[in-house]
Amino acid sequence: MAGESNGAAGFGSSIRRREDPELITGRAKYTDDLKLAGMVYCTILRSDYAHAGINSIDTSEAEALDGVLGVYTAKDIEASGVPGGVPVGWLLPGLKTPEHFMLAKDTTRYVGDGVAIVVAEDQYTAHDALELIYVDYDPRDGIADPKKATADGAPLVHDDAPNNIAFDWEIGDKESTDAAFANAAHVASLDIVNNRLIPNAMEPRAALADYNDITGELVLYMTTQNPHIHRLLMSLASLGLPEHKIRVIAPEVGGGFGSKIHHYADEAIAAWASMQVGRPVKWTATRTETYITDAHGRDHVTHGEMAIDADGRFIGLRVDTYAAMGAYLSTFAPAVPTYLYGTLMSGEYDLPAIYCHVYGVFTHTVPVDAYRGAGRPEATFIVERLVDEAARVTGIDPVEIRRRNFVAPDNFPYQTQVALAYDSGNYEGALDKALEAIGYDDFRTEQAAAREQGKYLGLGLSTYIEACGLAPSAVVGSLGAQAGQWESAVVRVHATGKVTVYSGCSGHGQGHETTFAQIVASALGVPYDDIDVVEGDTGSMPHGWGTYGSRSAATGGSAIASAAEKVVDKARTIAAHLLEAAEEDIEFEDGNFFVKGSPDQSQSLPDVALQAYLAHNLPKGIEPALEATSFYDPANFVYPFGTHIAIVEVCSQTGNVTLQRYLAVDDVGNVINPMIVDGQVHGGIAQGIGQSLYETAVYDDGANLLSGTMLDYAVPKAHFMPSFETDRTVTPCPHNPLGVKGVGEAGSIASPAAVVNAVVDALSPFGVTHIDMPVTSEKVWNAMK
Amino acid sequence: MGISIELEVNGASVSEEVEPRLLLAHLLREELGLTGTKIGCDTSQCGSCTILLDGQAVKSCTVLAVQADGSEITTIEGLANGEYHPMQQAFWDNHGLQCGFCTPGMIISCVDLLSTNPQPSEDEIRHGLEGNLCRCTGYHNIVRAVQTAAETMNG
Repeated sequence: MAGESNGAAGFGSSIRRREDPELITGRAKYTDDLKLAGMVYCTILRSDYAHAGINSIDTSEAEALDGVLGVYTAKDIEASGVPGGVPVGWLLPGLKTPEHFMLAKDTTRYVGDGVAIVVAEDQYTAHDALELIYVDYDPRDGIADPKKATADGAPLVHDDAPNNIAFDWEIGDKESTDAAFANAAHVASLDIVNNRLIPNAMEPRAALADYNDITGELVLYMTTQNPHIHRLLMSLASLGLPEHKIRVIAPEVGGGFGSKIHHYADEAIAAWASMQVGRPVKWTATRTETYITDAHGRDHVTHGEMAIDADGRFIGLRVDTYAAMGAYLSTFAPAVPTYLYGTLMSGEYDLPAIYCHVYGVFTHTVPVDAYRGAGRPEATFIVERLVDEAARVTGIDPVEIRRRNFVAPDNFPYQTQVALAYDSGNYEGALDKALEAIGYDDFRTEQAAAREQGKYLGLGLSTYIEACGLAPSAVVGSLGAQAGQWESAVVRVHATGKVTVYSGCSGHGQGHETTFAQIVASALGVPYDDIDVVEGDTGSMPHGWGTYGSRSAATGGSAIASAAEKVVDKARTIAAHLLEAAEEDIEFEDGNFFVKGSPDQSQSLPDVALQAYLAHNLPKGIEPALEATSFYDPANFVYPFGTHIAIVEVCSQTGNVTLQRYLAVDDVGNVINPMIVDGQVHGGIAQGIGQSLYETAVYDDGANLLSGTMLDYAVPKAHFMPSFETDRTVTPCPHNPLGVKGVGEAGSIASPAAVVNAVVDALSPFGVTHIDMPVTSEKVWNAMK
Repeated sequence: MGISIELEVNGASVSEEVEPRLLLAHLLREELGLTGTKIGCDTSQCGSCTILLDGQAVKSCTVLAVQADGSEITTIEGLANGEYHPMQQAFWDNHGLQCGFCTPGMIISCVDLLSTNPQPSEDEIRHGLEGNLCRCTGYHNIVRAVQTAAETMNG
């Protein structure tokens, strides 16, 4: 029961994860597993109404319950003098930013909006006390549909946002796009609802806050993908404590998929409660609570059109979207249906004219923010559905129409009409590999024969591109981000030659402790087992921006590579001095420095490290010790791409869709650990299949969440999924030191379109041209009628 | 009022005074410090809290502690016996976990599955894991892990 000690664990090796021994034995500690001396528990009363005035709150019975230390409302938070805000971190021109306070003051705006806080000695009492708080509500009309919410007379979420419009945003060129449509030989047109999703990381959100009123320091253990962002927003907007007095620690984190990026009220409430009672306070969401508090994903209503010329070439794309923001603007919410969405509308295609218009709309629902893929699945779904619809209206095979319109391999860098400059790609390479693996021509023969027998098979393609590795800081700053997107790393070689690496990323299942050590093992020539990786503690490492947007390898990994290079440079200077040679004559190979041509006279990295720490004999001007810090700001996004293919069988009697095969050929650049990359692809595909066939958050006309428990919302089970077939092409990223791109989101970006295209293909004999997700048997059965 | 219960947890005798409403999952986590058993939902869907009660997989969030009086319990902490259980080993070898939160319950369920069906087909594995949700792996490598463990344990 020990670690991996082999020396072949460098970059490119499918070494098993070093994270796993603690996880498979139950030893790993997640936030809710932690206990501190004197710890008490906090629960939060939440609005049962989508929209209601608060006339009064009677907390007296709850306060009188044995074991209750305090019951608090918004008035108490206001009276305490903390800022109490839950801010948005991405600003668009003209964005409406209504106040979002840690608890509802006089109005609740969604089912789940926080109303009161209980702090009690044990968690059962803390839950009991919630039942004893009496709120006199004044129920009002609510609305959940983002398009209907913009109609005149619709219930308003915020009085200062007329027609519930949070922002009115566009990208591309309307005039040239309209002209393309005027000249089009064919137009493909679709109305698409991109269904609202609930993230469902298996670990519910939790926080354990320990405020010390003597030192004024707050230690906050929490379920976070980005501890430094949380520290910043806790300090500036919620608690008003100085940033250096807050230490945010991410213990083991049980999945995120975006839902643990955002700064919510709840973790700030736990911290504030600790400040009130002078004891450590733990808050852990129930699953049902996560359904009405974790930011949801997607929720778009869109009309999309593709203009096609007589030769089957795409000449224009026009998209009009109503994107739900929910009741308040969550941390990065405005960026998701804009810069992570409109900018992807060119897909893999050479599209000369694009125009995308988006209304961000307040609704009486849980706030919507980044969820695995964040904007890019929605864009890819529209583009790839329209491409298939274009194939249908022109009578061109879906493969052929894609080939005809791809950006050619010799056309990179390719400047799209929607801001992004694709740096590299070989789209037909991935397509050809996928078609061969699936047996495309044979499938068409089989499909035709099956139809003769009343059996309906369908094949769906999704030839996707995405932009991730977030992101060049100046670029995102110019687009409204109130944050940088560079990443930090410290590579510290100890006196004995052992290495500790600190990263500003914060993994929660991605295997960074393994892959980041692999990067360093290759860069320094040090045994893999001699390298430790530390993440997720604002008290331990320089500021970093965390893990989301498929950024950790591209930005965090690059920062590590860059810091390792600085270490080698310094060690080379010292080694040259020790070997009494000129620095330019020193070679570095497999962890050893030697004079060119004389490898027998060498200094190993540990030898040099020891000398660097002893500092008895260092070259002039060289400081002692051996470590380096890097703050790496990427030159561009990275652009993974690929081809996903789904094959389905649709039962003509029941409408049931069976996923027979799912094949993915992804190009994520150089691969640090193939086993981990495959795992990321599997997980992403499963979430996309979940969106396309099973999952949806359902609100009724009064904005009540009907799919509000795990009993009602279809988180996919094992038997919902096929085995996945995965393969790769490798087109290294040209602008980062490792040639890596990102892989965390690719599967969820590509797969919904592949599955729905397959279903529509299967149903083409019935004249079906589109079915909204999730493609349930009921919808299919009705479509076949 | 507390009720006295006695049970054996991972081979050790345990005597506790518990509230009648205390869930077994909370007894294990809060009173006995066995936090390997996770709580991922409140409707008995996710299976993160699965343990072996008298050799059978149960969701410990759906069992009262008093109902476990007199029983033998194995949690994830009690599965390894000097070396990893073949199922733990197979999860590690096959990358059958990512965030690890569902893993303790998933591994226990998989152990239970093979105890009743030592050579399951892929379809039987997938249906056998009906009561355990994983959001990270898409189940692909979990199925591989169960297949590997079945080979090891039958070999």
